[in-house]
Amino acid sequence: MTVLVALGQAVLLAVLAPYVLGLTRAVRARLEGRAGRRLGQPWRDLRKLLRKPPTSPSDASLFFVAAPPVLLATSLLVAVAAPFVATTSLAGEADLIVVVGLLLLGAVALALAGLDTGTAFGGMGASREMTIAALVEPTLLLSVFALSVRVGSTDLAAIVTAGATDPASVFTPASALAAAALAIATLAECGRVPVDNPSTHLELTMVHEAMVLEYSGRDLALVEWASALRLTILLGLLANLFAPWGVATHLTPVALAIGTAAFIAKVGGLAALLAAGEVLAAKLRLFRVPELLAGSFALALLAVLAAAVLG
Amino acid sequence: MTERATVDVNSADELRERTARLLGDGFRLALVAAHHDALRVGDAAHLGDDAQIRIVYLFTAGPPDRRLELVWRTDAPHPTVPSIAALSFPGSRFEREMHDLYGVRPDGHPMLRPLVHHPHWPDGWYPMRRDAGPRPPLQAHRPFPFLTVAGDGVYEIPVGPVHAGLIEPGHFRFSVVGETILRLKARLWYVHKGIEKLAEGRTVLENLPLAERVSGDTAIGHALAYCLAVEDALGLEVGEDVAAVRSVLLELERLHNHVADIGAICNDVAFGIAHAHTQRIRESLLRLNKAVTGHRLLRGGVVPGGAQIATGPDLRTVATAARDLAEVVAYALDHSVVRERLTGTAVLTADQARDTGALGYVARASGLAYDARVAHPFLASGPEVTVVTRDTGDVLARFLVRADEAQHSAALVQALAPALPTGRIGVTDAGPTGGATRSGVGIVEGWRGTIVHRVEIGPDGRLRRWKIVDPSFLTWPALPLAMADTIVPDFPLANKSFNLSYAGNDL
Repeated sequence: MTVLVALGQAVLLAVLAPYVLGLTRAVRARLEGRAGRRLGQPWRDLRKLLRKPPTSPSDASLFFVAAPPVLLATSLLVAVAAPFVATTSLAGEADLIVVVGLLLLGAVALALAGLDTGTAFGGMGASREMTIAALVEPTLLLSVFALSVRVGSTDLAAIVTAGATDPASVFTPASALAAAALAIATLAECGRVPVDNPSTHLELTMVHEAMVLEYSGRDLALVEWASALRLTILLGLLANLFAPWGVATHLTPVALAIGTAAFIAKVGGLAALLAAGEVLAAKLRLFRVPELLAGSFALALLAVLAAAVLG
Repeated sequence: MTERATVDVNSADELRERTARLLGDGFRLALVAAHHDALRVGDAAHLGDDAQIRIVYLFTAGPPDRRLELVWRTDAPHPTVPSIAALSFPGSRFEREMHDLYGVRPDGHPMLRPLVHHPHWPDGWYPMRRDAGPRPPLQAHRPFPFLTVAGDGVYEIPVGPVHAGLIEPGHFRFSVVGETILRLKARLWYVHKGIEKLAEGRTVLENLPLAERVSGDTAIGHALAYCLAVEDALGLEVGEDVAAVRSVLLELERLHNHVADIGAICNDVAFGIAHAHTQRIRESLLRLNKAVTGHRLLRGGVVPGGAQIATGPDLRTVATAARDLAEVVAYALDHSVVRERLTGTAVLTADQARDTGALGYVARASGLAYDARVAHPFLASGPEVTVVTRDTGDVLARFLVRADEAQHSAALVQALAPALPTGRIGVTDAGPTGGATRSGVGIVEGWRGTIVHRVEIGPDGRLRRWKIVDPSFLTWPALPLAMADTIVPDFPLANKSFNLSYAGNDL
């Protein structure tokens, strides 16, 4: 049963992810006074791309071909293991370090693929992505550590369960600091404004997009899908770690239904908030990005200290 | 009012001496045009050994409006000209252009590299010569001699000529260490359309649509410069009412282009909301243009000898657009990240702007108060034109110059529009001229900068030569200078703040 729930959760996230992306675009368009595209447009794009055979650069090797499946597989693994709808799924497997490691594995696979293309843009994107990742991953780890101090475990399911059963314990100064740090890390990890601009066509300013410029057809579909999935995963973690209400802590149909609805509502809300934030924000100069990320790291560090000292 | 003079130059020393004196007296080298003349009139198809290449150097200054032409003659089979590259950087570029198109060899040019010459063009084929004939088969691509920057960690980023967005083709070669640009070389010449060649032998009216399409966003600027040149050549006097209509159209063009640029600069720092609103404002202006001239980019508004509008511009729309634009600009500049991105980015110093011959808002943002509406006015009794300048030379300065100019343009339209006559006005007859070949010059401050056209019209009323200088031709070299010590991801923003034309640059 737990396996079924875990797989069901992964399917839910995989289906939901393009809609989350569509929602951020739609909200942004509306707030800017544009009509925008439909919520399902990312799915239509994926369907179109999945029907097209991919091309690969003549200089590219196995890394280039392997990166999209690796990226998608690591994202799906996180979607299976981490507590999004229910905390009971695969308890003990969803360790914080495993989750961050899986996300990093995907990012590194893509960066290697960017280098593998042998083009200036691929290398440029990979170099920028790794600069950012080197600052983001420690922040991801530390900000969740702040929460695990309270629970005494790095198991994400245990942290979420503790929050869901005792909601008052979530509202601590440490949590607030950690939430801020994780939110900034999420923006950077998913290539959103102010760190990266997902909608730009200017190759020289790109970070994430520069690495995937050479992908086409099915490969591009996998990369896009995985990117949407990573956004959904991080928003979902953010939601469940700091607002763990509604998460199913036992496996009854009603609890699961509530868990699913709560998850969709929370992720949708965060996605809309993200889009609204993007409308108000502008992209930072590349050399200012490390300052922002260093700031988020400092917040995460303070969160850990606060959690350790204040309890 | 306008001072004109033509001087034949006979020796290299004289050419250089006069050039140096004129540049010292505040003139600028506005245009250099080569002409392949047959000494016997009317035998263009049968050029003998007596044919000559005649090179006209147009120097301009103002106010008061002064135009001086130096003429150099050389024989057509082996044309040479003394290079003035040491005196004038724009001169060196014009010389390279003549070398590619006419085969004129500039003696003493320090770096005679291909300019217009596309890597696939056959050697020894000079398309602008009268005896050039149809294009021979293209040859294999020869790489351009890019300077290689060597050193630890230096690498090259080649960009273009095909880009991800809907923009014109240009190849940019960055030599970079980390993210800092050490050197940028722009190779632009991928859109040679042969406009000047195409125009030869066609009537004045037949060439008007060509003028409107030199650079699609500058329909009025180029059409007006062309018409002024034609009127100058034919001695047509146009009335103040015609000039007023033209003035309004020119400002409407400036307005919608500046609005678009302000939005595009915001978009390049991912400040999408400002971009969305400028697009809305621009659309209202384009619809206004359509009501005024029947074309969203104002084509058809200016004709040789006259002007033609269906209705005066709706002043409420102009006022609303100006007010909304001011609001967008204020909103963008209040945003600390936007302001931070624009401030101090891609600085072009006043000296660099002066040396390269940069024009328009680029030069004014670097503190050079040059505006052809003041230096070479065609409207005698209009409202006063305010020349907007800034002195920091960064993206912010170019942004602010545009923002202020857009407001002044709106004010000019509002001042002139109430008294505008509608329908076709002005002189209509621009037929055969009789007698000799006549030349004329038209100077207009287009939205991007000073546009200069020079025409020569034969006795049959057909163009024998038409030389077009879009401000982009002179301003492009300033961009790589401004990029020194800028980081790679800021290049698109800097490029957008220059927003130079590829089509107008490569005719």
